[in-house]
Amino acid sequence: MKKHVARQAAVYLILIAAAIFALYPVVYSFFLSVMKPEEASAFPPSIVPHSFNPANFIDVFGIVPIAAFIGNTFLVSGIVMIGQLITASLAAYAFAKMDFKGKGFIFSLFVASMMVPWEVTMIPNYLTVRSLNWLDTYQGLTVPFLATAFGTFLLRQFFLQLPKELFEAARMDGCGHIRYFLLHVLPLSRPAIGTLAVYSFLNTYNSYLWPLLITNSEMMRTVQIGISMLEFQESTSWNLVFAGITLVILPSLLLLVFGLKQLVRGMSAGALKG
Amino acid sequence: MSELDNRWSLPAGTSRTSAGRRLRTVSLKRLKVRENMLAYAFLAPSLLLFGVFMFYPLLRSVYLSLYSTDPAGRVASFVGLQNFTALFSSGLFLDGIRVTALFALLTVPAGMLLALVLAALTHNLLRGKRLFQFAFSLPMVLSVGSAAVIWKFLFHPSLGMLNYGLEMAGLAPVPWLTSPKWALFSISLMTVWMNLGFNYIVISSGMQGIPDDMYESAKIDGAGPVAMFRQITIPLLSPTLFFVMVVSIIGAFQSFGQINILTQGGPMDSTNVFVYSIYREAFVNFRFGTGSAQALLLFVVIMLLTLVQFKWVEKKVHYQ
Repeated sequence: MKKHVARQAAVYLILIAAAIFALYPVVYSFFLSVMKPEEASAFPPSIVPHSFNPANFIDVFGIVPIAAFIGNTFLVSGIVMIGQLITASLAAYAFAKMDFKGKGFIFSLFVASMMVPWEVTMIPNYLTVRSLNWLDTYQGLTVPFLATAFGTFLLRQFFLQLPKELFEAARMDGCGHIRYFLLHVLPLSRPAIGTLAVYSFLNTYNSYLWPLLITNSEMMRTVQIGISMLEFQESTSWNLVFAGITLVILPSLLLLVFGLKQLVRGMSAGALKG
Repeated sequence: MSELDNRWSLPAGTSRTSAGRRLRTVSLKRLKVRENMLAYAFLAPSLLLFGVFMFYPLLRSVYLSLYSTDPAGRVASFVGLQNFTALFSSGLFLDGIRVTALFALLTVPAGMLLALVLAALTHNLLRGKRLFQFAFSLPMVLSVGSAAVIWKFLFHPSLGMLNYGLEMAGLAPVPWLTSPKWALFSISLMTVWMNLGFNYIVISSGMQGIPDDMYESAKIDGAGPVAMFRQITIPLLSPTLFFVMVVSIIGAFQSFGQINILTQGGPMDSTNVFVYSIYREAFVNFRFGTGSAQALLLFVVIMLLTLVQFKWVEKKVHYQ
């Protein structure tokens, strides 16, 4: 019994140390965002804030229109997320559960495209979007990212792990591919789909180079460009830079708070375990 | 054959006669065609988008790599393989690969191991499980932009918390980003932190998929936690781990944002990873031709790495 308690304590000690490593940079930026400018650039640095200056957040809105950036970014990320869920789950199902001519070849194309550094395609893509007159539009920001080899691979790995018994049972019921996909595979794959949803949303929310390349007007800019504009303009006022960072990471932080359960939930207990 | 077979397509009684057999082959063929069509329909949206925004631009990059361009990106003249030979003779290619491989070695094993250990430790927690899960997933929600700016401040030689912490512990300050010896390590530290959230979530989610009764019966057989981890968790988790490994290595070879913000390839090119030098060639020096050539070489390297992983490592992966 004593040994068990000691082991538990060791586990918690390791976890707490790791949690500090994981949390500290973020918590620290929250601290900095409410400091007065003198304190933010003082030595030695304060581990916790000794001054409280919430006006930083208001000052940031005066420098760049952060509210518009956040709204824009949410719209673009939402469109990309839904598009990727549809295209990736369809393709992953075809790879995992269907038999067709050229499967191996097309799958290797998908895997290969996952290995294409997007810098390779960036210049030609920019030219394509420009020739379509999509610069400074939501189409330009979203359409090139609606399909994802990464997501397809993730879902395929998950679909492959679904037990074979399920297929046999579905076959007995005379279930076709479309019904099987919609009624069985998708609901059972909620953890993987949830992971992909949150991941693709955050990925788009956090993307930087593409929005910078193809948007010009202030109203089409996304949040990450806002951050860099802030750093560029106020490079010495760390408290304002961090107020901006805090505003930018808060929405995705909230998403994590509400989406975490979905992300790590695992398979729905009843359906697969017994 | 696909898993949804079609053996119920014909009444069992007729299949014994030769007419039935012929009918059966015909209907099998038709079902096969139908399955093919359906599969292509499932793949069509992805294939169309990849065609326009991935495969076509890729060919176009090949085309660009054989030409020299003016600073506006217009093709000036055909130079053949000159762009490629220049990359090898200047050492740009080998240096880039060396730095990138080192970066992958510093980030991938550490990042996977950390996430695996943390996921295993939090898996059976009774108290505070959600809290720890939240903490370890947190880095995922930060963009490379905000994360790099935060760490830029932590690495700051005089204002930074890291050197202050070292000083408190009685140690000498570290020139995190300004010394060629430390810069790549510092960026790796930040990258391990940044990737923790994603790795942790994927591995935890894989662990949730392992049935509890496996552990229960192992426990009855007297297996300890370490034995259970090695003999149940790791094998059953291998598809997930394989996935994380492939993605992490590719990610390491494509890192750009943190390097652009923290060191811009310096000091003395010590963090000039491959993608960063492509960016520098194309968008700083405006040599789109060599930039494209370099990008294609990166593509080849990543493809070889991934093929190797699929060829040898996936054999050890256990699918249920």
